[in-house]
Amino acid sequence: MHRFANPARFMRVSTIVLPWVAIVTALVMVAGLVLGFRAPPDYQQGDTVKIMFIHVPAAWMSLFCYSSLAISSAIALIWRHPLAEIAAQQSAPLGAGFTAVCLITGSLWGAPMWGTWWVWDARLTSELVLFFLYLGYIALANAFDDPNRGVRAASVLALVGWINVPIIKFSVDWWNTIHQPASVIRMDGPKIASSILIPLLIMAIAFTLLFVVQLVVLMRAALIERKIRALRQLAAESASTEYGLAGTEASA
Amino acid sequence: MPSFAAIIRRDLRLAFRQGGDGAMAVMFFVLAALLFPFGIGPEPEILARVASGIVWVTALLAALLALDRMFLTDWEDGTLELIRLSPLRLELAVLAKCLSHWLVTGLPVLAATPVVALMLRLDPASLPMLMAGLLIGTPVLSLFGSIGAALTLGARRGGVLVSLLVLPLEIPALIFGVGAADAALDASAGSFDLQILGALLAFALPLCPLAAAAALRQALE
Repeated sequence: MHRFANPARFMRVSTIVLPWVAIVTALVMVAGLVLGFRAPPDYQQGDTVKIMFIHVPAAWMSLFCYSSLAISSAIALIWRHPLAEIAAQQSAPLGAGFTAVCLITGSLWGAPMWGTWWVWDARLTSELVLFFLYLGYIALANAFDDPNRGVRAASVLALVGWINVPIIKFSVDWWNTIHQPASVIRMDGPKIASSILIPLLIMAIAFTLLFVVQLVVLMRAALIERKIRALRQLAAESASTEYGLAGTEASA
Repeated sequence: MPSFAAIIRRDLRLAFRQGGDGAMAVMFFVLAALLFPFGIGPEPEILARVASGIVWVTALLAALLALDRMFLTDWEDGTLELIRLSPLRLELAVLAKCLSHWLVTGLPVLAATPVVALMLRLDPASLPMLMAGLLIGTPVLSLFGSIGAALTLGARRGGVLVSLLVLPLEIPALIFGVGAADAALDASAGSFDLQILGALLAFALPLCPLAAAAALRQALE
């Protein structure tokens, strides 16, 4: 792993690999969407069941991104890899995006199925808390004048959050069983048919690939941004020393 | 542990001499809780149903209110640097800070709870469980709060940021604290919720100072 932690090598390898992964992602995504669109409508839910092909992978990715965020943060804190810091920082907006997609599609799905845009269902609620954990991470990472301090502080928060996610999940489940909402249709009817399961799995792979492609693009952008910032600082410093020298000569 | 006690003594002295942080927290708690009857109406049945929730949410907000002073003034005037250089481990210093934060906010709130509960028409049967839940739960709030306070040292808009970081982490304490009080009503054992709260405290007690101390070291770099 340490071999790939070199930013220069990462840029080189990703330049070659990225277009191919992007093409594969597009193909898998199109295949999943077409299969999902042509899946037979559910006998109870009709065509609205197709929201699932976006909603469920997005929900999986919202958790996957948080793990990616927490693991990168741990690596960044322990070994101080600059690349892990960047990976953690760039995972957060992606995870927040997937969580938002999951919440919005869930709400759109809930409107025709449950007759309401929002229920305090255990899964919806813990997803909402996860969304706020992402927002907290992003806000903390951007709250300092020194960006390095922001990322390091946010890394600690990501680890604390990671340990807490199962506790929050458990407590929300427990809270939900006490206040059982009446309108929720239980999903444990017949097992999922393969006509639905296969597009769902393909979409899950497509979403994972999408995350990887977006993460690599964002990390490359962040690395380039760092380089530009360093160059600008260098230019500003050399300009100010020249100016300072000129000033002392003039006064002398 | 003379330095451990010294930190607490100093914090308490500062809190009581500088206009009283404890009085502020408890005043906020009472006032915020008494806003609810104006918002949702004075019907005793409705108030009794939501009283334990109101007490817990306002207690949580009152604990949040004093967080920005947990480390900020010490960090600004260099005291934190001295505490770090002292032989006392930074994790233990954080624990002392949490304890003094609890003594200044959690304990006064706990003392004011019976009065607020009475005015919100809480069923007297669930008051002991509400108090027990707050007794175990408010230290958890101080402990999680210490992480937020330490992480936001030197950040822009620190005060608002702390609430964004800390509130999601404190949801479990809120759920089980209210659960304990509500369970007392229908005669089912609320002791399960209290046990979970105790587990949360046992979990937060060693881990939160660890995380907060790590954050403080970053701030002092």
